[in-house]
Amino acid sequence: MKNEEYTLTIKPKSSLLNLNLKEVWQYRDLLEMYIRREIVTFYKQTILGPIWFFIQPIFTTIVFMFVFGGLAGISTDGIPQALFYLSGITLWNYFSESLIKTSDTFLTNQAVFGKVYFPRLIAPLSTTITGLLKMFIQFLVFIIVYIYFAIKGTNVTPNAYALLFPVLILILAGLGLGFGIIISSLTTKYRDLKFLLTFAVQLWMYATPVIYPLSVMQGHYHKYMWLIQANPMTAVLETFKYGFLGKGTFSWFALGYSALVTVVILLSGIVIFNKVERNFMDII
Amino acid sequence: MSDIAIKFENISKQYRLGTIGTGTLSHDLKRWWTVNIIGKEDPYLKIGSVNDRGTKADSDYVWALRDINFDVKQGEVLGIIGKNGAGKSTLLKILSRVTTPTTGVIKAKGRIASLLEVGTGFHQEMTGRENIFMNGSIMGMTKAEIRRKFDEIVDFAGIERYIDTPVKRYSSGMIVRLGFAIAAHLEPEILVVDEVLAVGDAEFQKKAIGKMQDVSHTEGRTVLFVSHNMAAVSQLCQTGLLLKNGVIKTNGLIRGVIDEYLMDTIINRTCEIDLDSIARINENYGNTVKMKRLLFNNGNKIINGDPLEVLLEFEIKKEVDEIVAGIAFTTLEGQRLLTIDSDITINNSNNKEFGNRLGNAGILLTLPRNDLQPGQFSIDVALRTSSETMYDLIIGASILEVMAGAKTPGQIINSSVMGGLRIPTYCQTI
Repeated sequence: MKNEEYTLTIKPKSSLLNLNLKEVWQYRDLLEMYIRREIVTFYKQTILGPIWFFIQPIFTTIVFMFVFGGLAGISTDGIPQALFYLSGITLWNYFSESLIKTSDTFLTNQAVFGKVYFPRLIAPLSTTITGLLKMFIQFLVFIIVYIYFAIKGTNVTPNAYALLFPVLILILAGLGLGFGIIISSLTTKYRDLKFLLTFAVQLWMYATPVIYPLSVMQGHYHKYMWLIQANPMTAVLETFKYGFLGKGTFSWFALGYSALVTVVILLSGIVIFNKVERNFMDII
Repeated sequence: MSDIAIKFENISKQYRLGTIGTGTLSHDLKRWWTVNIIGKEDPYLKIGSVNDRGTKADSDYVWALRDINFDVKQGEVLGIIGKNGAGKSTLLKILSRVTTPTTGVIKAKGRIASLLEVGTGFHQEMTGRENIFMNGSIMGMTKAEIRRKFDEIVDFAGIERYIDTPVKRYSSGMIVRLGFAIAAHLEPEILVVDEVLAVGDAEFQKKAIGKMQDVSHTEGRTVLFVSHNMAAVSQLCQTGLLLKNGVIKTNGLIRGVIDEYLMDTIINRTCEIDLDSIARINENYGNTVKMKRLLFNNGNKIINGDPLEVLLEFEIKKEVDEIVAGIAFTTLEGQRLLTIDSDITINNSNNKEFGNRLGNAGILLTLPRNDLQPGQFSIDVALRTSSETMYDLIIGASILEVMAGAKTPGQIINSSVMGGLRIPTYCQTI
């Protein structure tokens, strides 16, 4: 009998390099349902509904203005504080939330994963895409504040690099998803990584130019600059601020480095994730 | 093109006993080192004993399944039976790709849809409509397919009025019906079903079995059905597979396979059924009051014409007002023949005697004369209130054989017209 007749083969192991992306595409309707479910269930039985998406960045910005801008007196490179913090928070929140939420994939979806097969990558992918929506809403807040300052005559001038915005979003999504699924694959066995993660993400923010411009870092801690530059998030935030606010630094090299790291993390994440998804039910 | 739909080749599955946590890293490393660096066979695959819960393990690893080889033909309805822990669920899990086999290959033609649970992925806050789309996509249907079958699904489930109400307002029966309706309208070439039928009311069970028969007979699809309920299995399946401790004991025509299973169960544990370890079909069952053991005639054979004593032992976990026991005998063809309940008695027993009691308790029901004719019966057992509430329920807890006795007319014993009830009557010669 020839093997070609069989359309499905279940084996102990699959090839490491089989990324299974074709199957993810076949299940794109499920991806859509997952995204819809996350959006719909988010509002159910809340009073303010989508307004929560606005409240969080606005209040964080105000607190940052008081603490980092006012009390600590960290310079914002001449950019209005509200705009500076808002841009940092919008981007950073998207990344950190994608990371933290996707890192829980196996634990939160245990019940469904244990009963039926579909490409597990659908679950973290939907989380990342749903987060995108929230990010765009927050970006809208940024644009409103931006227009306010533009009308007031503050010197904020966007330049052509602002057009790189979609690229920046892709990098953020890729990094969040990539790191998230790597960690989710590891937490099925070693749960303590989950506690470490929340803590690590907090520290990571301080190693990224979210609340300070790169120039301040350069001035104060010149010898630690390598750490900031090795951080793939740095170029994303700097490029955004450079493109929209006209201050900061931009280099194709730094952005290319971030993109490369993203691709590597994402690919290795998918490989690890695919390996774990096949047997995680026996471990979790 | 051959007519084999699924081919199992040397399927084995190994599980590690005890906890997975501390200590595994060293095992992981050793395994990784031996297999990937030295290039030898996995050291942990050699050891491992046959999976028998009763005996103490001499190794940390057990084989939940060992060397399963068999073919399922296109359009066949195969019943997989065996005691708890025989490997049935593991086999289904592997087939559903929830987990992978340790060794071996399964080859299949076409899509496999598995129904290990109904309503997987249902979200309490979403409406019935939204959940149909969600669950359908999880099961592998496309949006267009679901839309096309939407009306049929709603109709089959019989929940049209509630379709735009969140599922959290549904009764548990409605959820099951909706879940099964979606699954029944999948169009996979191979359908894998685990004991989900046991839930829902009698009418719905009939509908579900009918649907599964349709799926195989008229549409030519292959169905694999796992159940403890011999009545349902013998009704639905043509062929069967008996698993024991992870290996295939018999396979072939369903009647022979069931008989083999019964021989095993009946001879091994006479008339005592351990209810504690049987998995419940609803997670709420057994939380308030849990059934522990069912004992017939103090463990002696059940004989036609003799008195019948049934003792149901249970544990009261939370205080309740009343407890009513019900035991039913169903023929293997699926016909319920006799039900005895502790709230329909000659001596008008008091169901409320269990009020304010906790811990172990029991109900003893006695029939002065057992009129069940010789044959095999599937036993259903339940604890409930005299109204709606169900504390615990097991459908098809075991199969028992009613033996012919001194009072059984000799002609009946070897006759092909067996079964049924023969009740003493008043008789006058005219």
